[in-house]
Amino acid sequence: MWLRRTLIGIALVFVGLFLVLPLAAVFTEALRKGFDAFYEALKEPDAWSAIKLTFLITVIAVPLNLVFGVCAAWAIAKFEFRGKAFLTTLVDLPFSVSPVVAGLIYVLVFGAQGWFGPWLQANDIKIIFAVPGMVLATVFVTFPFIARELIPLMQAQGNEEEQAAMVLGASGLQIFWRVTLPNIKWGLLYGVILCNARAMGEFGAVSVVSGHIRGQTNTMPLHVEILYNEYQSVAAFAVASLLALLALVTLVIKSVVEWKQQRLMAELAALSPERPVV
Amino acid sequence: MSSLTLFAPRHQPARVLPGFEITLGFTIAYLSLIVLIPLSALVFKTLNLTWEQFWQAVTAPRVVASYKLTFGASFTAALVNAFFGLLLAWVLVRYQFFGKKIVDALVDLPFALPTAVAGISLTALLAGNGWIGQYLEPLGIQLAFNRNGVLIALIFIGLPFVVRTVQPILEDVEKELEEAATCLGATRWQTFSRVIFPTLAPALLTGFAMAFARAIGEYGSVIFIAGNMPMVSEITPLIIISKLEQYDYAGATAVALVMLCAAFVMLLLINGLQAWQRSRSGASS
Repeated sequence: MWLRRTLIGIALVFVGLFLVLPLAAVFTEALRKGFDAFYEALKEPDAWSAIKLTFLITVIAVPLNLVFGVCAAWAIAKFEFRGKAFLTTLVDLPFSVSPVVAGLIYVLVFGAQGWFGPWLQANDIKIIFAVPGMVLATVFVTFPFIARELIPLMQAQGNEEEQAAMVLGASGLQIFWRVTLPNIKWGLLYGVILCNARAMGEFGAVSVVSGHIRGQTNTMPLHVEILYNEYQSVAAFAVASLLALLALVTLVIKSVVEWKQQRLMAELAALSPERPVV
Repeated sequence: MSSLTLFAPRHQPARVLPGFEITLGFTIAYLSLIVLIPLSALVFKTLNLTWEQFWQAVTAPRVVASYKLTFGASFTAALVNAFFGLLLAWVLVRYQFFGKKIVDALVDLPFALPTAVAGISLTALLAGNGWIGQYLEPLGIQLAFNRNGVLIALIFIGLPFVVRTVQPILEDVEKELEEAATCLGATRWQTFSRVIFPTLAPALLTGFAMAFARAIGEYGSVIFIAGNMPMVSEITPLIIISKLEQYDYAGATAVALVMLCAAFVMLLLINGLQAWQRSRSGASS
């Protein structure tokens, strides 16, 4: 079939040019001067502190959004209330706001000219051009990820199992831990890894509030930018290759989770034939 | 929908499960603290400007040139993604081939790869001495450090949206409809354009709008490859950054408000499209 072959051919060329080549380029450029240069670039103190700061920010931002995601999904998926559609739209809002605008709004609130600027200065608290501001900006851009994953999933699963547990005398937390969580665990994991990938890789928003102090307020993506602009190509791509590796791991976990999720849904569907499979 | 919920009285107390007040309360409090109050700062700070100041800031020639580039390139990139996204979704759903699973997983790469990494990597490929650039430069084609670079970066970051919105709908298209069309004498192209495409149209438009919305705000991947020449290849988010670096907070805020309004419009549009899609698929089943 010529049509089939042509379409597959075009698709593969497109994927090859736009996805495989850029990915391959990162690793090739990183290793262009051999493993030693690659290793040296990662061992360098500024690179190392950027890696540590990236992890620190992620470790704070992801759990915050995890708690929020679970709460928002519970309220939105399990209950009916006025303004629900509006609330769901607001949860999605950070997705459509430019990262640069996301950074700017925190400058307007906490910066020297901002609402709380004078008060913060008087009390010697630094938020903008310091780590707290970078955490806030990261929380903003990764805000909807987990809620977005959980809401449709919990809506599709309905309330019957939770109601049954309640009739049997389970408390709210027991219902969540024993009934809801096992049903949503793969979706939850999926949301967490997407949130994590974005938190570690965020550039625009963090760039606005960072101040770019080497060794202090540089995350990995910001460090990549500095090295690249200083024409230290190998070092820039070495740090970038860590982030690309993170992206690859994310994709692998995502594929596994999707497969598990499908199996779980199929099992649920087999248990109760009336329930529509979504 | 089961018959039980269908016939339940509308005013029935639906809140049987515990935890409604506390989860909703926390959701609204967190949403307000992280998103709504900071965003409102943008509006309030702009109110400090006079109308003339605001208008001057958002219609300066350099800013207008950046709108044209940002919106134009985003639109073109979303169009390219609509075409190739539909094709990719079609190939992934309808055909079996070697490496299909890997291609399917790779489609999400632009979601997972940090934008700065995408930016320097595309630049390295397309610059005059890059893997692709070295073959194109003798032909007089320059893809990096100009508007073409902006377009390519935006195609990259918007790539997954159309594929991921169209794919599930395409999987649900009933084979019977196509068979019926073929039985009634439709050609393959007629079957596609009259039977399959109308079913996919809402999803395709949603994906297009999402790719467009994402592209408007994109910063990280573009700035490395764009060359960032004022009036030529400078995107609007970069204008905001450079105004900030010159301590022109008022100007940055005004331009950011324009971007925020564009984001709001896109968000409402996408919501509308998704509702349309749901009503479509609800009506067909």
